[in-house]
Amino acid sequence: MGYSLDFGWLAGAVGAIARGAATTILLIAVTTLAGTFLSILGAAGKRNGPKPLRLAIAAYVEVMRNTPFLVQLFFIFFGLPSLGIRLDPILAAMLAMMLNMAAYTIEIVGAGLDAVPRGQTEAALALGLRPRLVFVKIVLPQALKVIYPALTSQIVIMMLESAVVSQIAVRELTYEADMLQARTFRAFETYFVVTLVYLGLSMGLRRLLVGGGRRVLGAGVS
Amino acid sequence: MIEFTFWDILRNLLLAARWTVLLSLAAFVGGALVGLAVLFLRIAKTKWTRRIASGYIALFQGTPLLMQLFLMFFGLPMLGLRIEPWTAAALGLTFFASAYLAEIWRSGVDALPRGQWDAGASLGLHYLQELRLIILPQAFSITRAPTVGFLVQLIKSTALTSIIGFEELVRTSNAINNATFEPFTVYGLVALIFFVMCFPLTQYARALEQRAAAH
Repeated sequence: MGYSLDFGWLAGAVGAIARGAATTILLIAVTTLAGTFLSILGAAGKRNGPKPLRLAIAAYVEVMRNTPFLVQLFFIFFGLPSLGIRLDPILAAMLAMMLNMAAYTIEIVGAGLDAVPRGQTEAALALGLRPRLVFVKIVLPQALKVIYPALTSQIVIMMLESAVVSQIAVRELTYEADMLQARTFRAFETYFVVTLVYLGLSMGLRRLLVGGGRRVLGAGVS
Repeated sequence: MIEFTFWDILRNLLLAARWTVLLSLAAFVGGALVGLAVLFLRIAKTKWTRRIASGYIALFQGTPLLMQLFLMFFGLPMLGLRIEPWTAAALGLTFFASAYLAEIWRSGVDALPRGQWDAGASLGLHYLQELRLIILPQAFSITRAPTVGFLVQLIKSTALTSIIGFEELVRTSNAINNATFEPFTVYGLVALIFFVMCFPLTQYARALEQRAAAH
């Protein structure tokens, strides 16, 4: 038991931790927007698309949900260049996160679309709205309201999962932690502090999403 | 340089996959045992134990697994234990799993009607007997689908232990990739092996869910 904790390095590390946290926030912001958009397209395609498209989306969802995110990331970052697609680490990370999240949220959005009564669509069509407008203006907002809590959880899970992208040298929070502990030799203390930062980020993100959701989607969003 | 044929790559990956399976099983069994203890605290009648258990669960669900593994890896030596990737990986995943399993089973306990407890009490059962004979069997039975679903998540999570140096499927694949420079094949095969392990379980969880919905 000759070990004593030392947090003296922390004063000089605040900048690096803040920079890392900012990158993590950027990653999750882009992923949330792009992933949600992609999953709306995917869910709509899975419901109304031609059969080959429906099968392709279903296969995509199964493949992504049954393989680890880390392997998907390595496949995109190390594997795609052999097909001539070379991506920046941060772009590869965003792409991997977006594709991974979409696989989960396609199911969630699909469940939300199923929850909107058929009569809503019929009523809107009877009023003479074009099918696309019916989807965007009538069905989708109601579906989003139903699935908002599940979507929120998925976004928080994705934020936590993003720690892994440090492995392809994206300079986010975990990467900065790795660098710090290599410099200070205070591995436990460094990861302890960064874990607390992640805890704060996940609680803050959840609060932000719930509050923002109430404002945009109206009351009744938990 | 050693030449690797496709079959060499596949053979080495499959050998490494044994460790992924073993780690998943160890973490699931360990997680179930610790998770049961957390569940007892979480549904206990005293307020402070419930609060401790909720805090424990929130802590593990609110931080990245990678950080939990790092803390385990660098924290255990401070308690005088030797650093070994296997210990850190197994313990880290055990605690991670315990938090999720406790929460899943807690939802099962909560879903049972109040009358189940009352019926147990009126039969003269004391608290532990009520739990063992009436509450837990039903709670486990209605949460079977999410439990299997979590097992899939746990198997996928073992990939992260490669980062703290545990020699499982992904770590082996990194080594093979460095030797062969065929990332497309290597990581493709790794994904395929994980898929073969997880997909049947996913389908099983889905079947359980549908069966539960039909009742």
